[in-house]
Amino acid sequence: MYRYLAWTGVAAVLCLVPFYLDGFWLQTGLFAMSAAIGAIGINLLTGATGQLSMGHAFFLAVGAYAYVFFSAEPTARLGGLGLPTGLAAVLAVVVAGVAGGLFSPIAGRLKGAYLGIATFALIFGGQHVLFNAEHLTGGFNGRAVPELNLFGFSFGDTPELIVLQVPFGTLERLWFLGLALVALSMVFAQGVLKGRPGRAMNTIRDHEIAAGVMGVPVARYRAGVFVLSSMYGGLAGVLLALVFQRTVPEYFGVLLSLDYLAMIVIGGLGSVGGAVVGALFVSLLPQLLTKYSDSIPLVAAPGTPGGVSPAEAARILYGAAVVTVVLFLPGGLLGLIRKIRLRPPRLRLPLSSPSPSPETRSPHVP
Amino acid sequence: MTTFVELLVNGISIGAVYALIALGFVIIFKATEVVNFAHASLLLAGGYLVARLWPLVGFWAALLIGVAAAALVAAAIEFLVIRRANVASHSVLAIVTIGVDIVITTELTRQIGTDVLAMGDPWGSEVVRFGGVTLAETRIVALVTAAALITVFLLAFKYTGWGVAMRAAAEDAETAALMGVRLGRVSMSAWAVAGGLAAVAALFLCVFPTPGLDRSTSLVALKAFPAAILGGLDSTTGALVGGLVIGVTESMMSGYQNDMAFLGRGIGDVAPFLVMLVILLIRPAGLFGTKELARV
Repeated sequence: MYRYLAWTGVAAVLCLVPFYLDGFWLQTGLFAMSAAIGAIGINLLTGATGQLSMGHAFFLAVGAYAYVFFSAEPTARLGGLGLPTGLAAVLAVVVAGVAGGLFSPIAGRLKGAYLGIATFALIFGGQHVLFNAEHLTGGFNGRAVPELNLFGFSFGDTPELIVLQVPFGTLERLWFLGLALVALSMVFAQGVLKGRPGRAMNTIRDHEIAAGVMGVPVARYRAGVFVLSSMYGGLAGVLLALVFQRTVPEYFGVLLSLDYLAMIVIGGLGSVGGAVVGALFVSLLPQLLTKYSDSIPLVAAPGTPGGVSPAEAARILYGAAVVTVVLFLPGGLLGLIRKIRLRPPRLRLPLSSPSPSPETRSPHVP
Repeated sequence: MTTFVELLVNGISIGAVYALIALGFVIIFKATEVVNFAHASLLLAGGYLVARLWPLVGFWAALLIGVAAAALVAAAIEFLVIRRANVASHSVLAIVTIGVDIVITTELTRQIGTDVLAMGDPWGSEVVRFGGVTLAETRIVALVTAAALITVFLLAFKYTGWGVAMRAAAEDAETAALMGVRLGRVSMSAWAVAGGLAAVAALFLCVFPTPGLDRSTSLVALKAFPAAILGGLDSTTGALVGGLVIGVTESMMSGYQNDMAFLGRGIGDVAPFLVMLVILLIRPAGLFGTKELARV
């Protein structure tokens, strides 16, 4: 009961945001929402299943560019299919899933950090394609993103829409779409984690052999989770493209993938809430530092020589946060929040105390 | 034909440099089971110090300081972070090294800014001609140095007490500890050696024909990852072969890219990763990696 009240409160506050905050914060918030969706996806893969992926940015790129390609009208220089934009968005997510599926011979067989290195290939290969397949991607300059139009409702600036004396432009309209998508993504991922697949995934992470012995098809699960996580990446990419209104290849590089890994470690590995908290932290930090760079010591405004620029300061801060979290806060920020909220310790049944999982590569297997 | 020989020798030379990086990567993995994503930043740190210090103290002293500093940074990462992280899975340790990498690389690229730093090496842009084949002097030095370092390392790995301790620890850490091997020292020395090798590699990645050390150097270093994994992460032989395969592939693809224009510009930079994918499809544990077997 208490829980539902809290959630309703959060939802109400989030719905009120566009009526009070300006475009800068809306855009920042939308980036954070896109990041949250992507982070949930990679947390299913890395946090819950223990498979490292450096290629998440690639799937964001696939989602973003697929949406643009499907929805844009073809021109002399650039290809496009001119499909209805809603359909294009769905197809873009599917295409990201297919791209993940094509990688499954590798994603299913390699484990942990090995997969992490192998997925570097996606990033570099992907960037190569983005820069060179100019007919599809517009090359270095990228492509303009057509605005989304769902059942006659346009997520653009026209036609004019005024709600409670607040003009609703692209960002305000997308805000609600973003909220809905994040909520959907959270519920779905929660369902996956709480159910049978989630248990199988956690067993694969904790003890691969035990999982196999108990009848979990390890390779198929690894490949399946990889596909699911790439579809989450694709959805995040579509939302990102709609907010950015332009896709540029440079954005989808190694750094973006590293950001996503930082998010889930900082927020908390293996949980949906952790992914969302981490995504908020990592995507809001640079914006906050930019906005208040004047009043923070050591951080210089962007463009001024000397001093640390806000973007760099943010990177250093969250890089350090990753290390700090692993050293001192196993469970991430979410774990910290839970610890603070925890009532005075009750007597726990011995069954519920977490037993240390045996080392996967234990040399003591008889 | 001369083009082919030139490309081949250049490829082998750059491959030997990749092998140096990959070797460090493999040593760390063997000693601590950590996939060290901070390796590129170690390399950048070593290279940066050499580039900044040579005008002050001369090239050879700068190189010495750079190598020592990279080794020190690596040992510090092991001592301050890896040793203290108490985590269940090695994937998480890999992510910690990503955190370390983000911090070091961001700070160093900020220091470098948009500059291209010269390495101040004595070889400059001299070339040597053998018959019709033209080779840069730096490439020959790189090949010789890398070969020498690798030989010394492999001999030490095989015959010295340190090498025996390292191999024992990699084989079975607990038993090795019971036999009196000090695991802390073994893993710290592994990190230090890897850092030093990375600094030497940094030098050769940034000398002629490359213009110098700039902010993209750490991306170049990423090509050593495929080298390590396609040879097999736990195999020193694999690192050498992987390095050479990657180096030759890259050199050939860049050299003949006009004949392969349909693959797009800059295919040489992507080729190492594609080769890695193909090899992993056939042999998931890499060419020389131990296939993991478990008895239940």
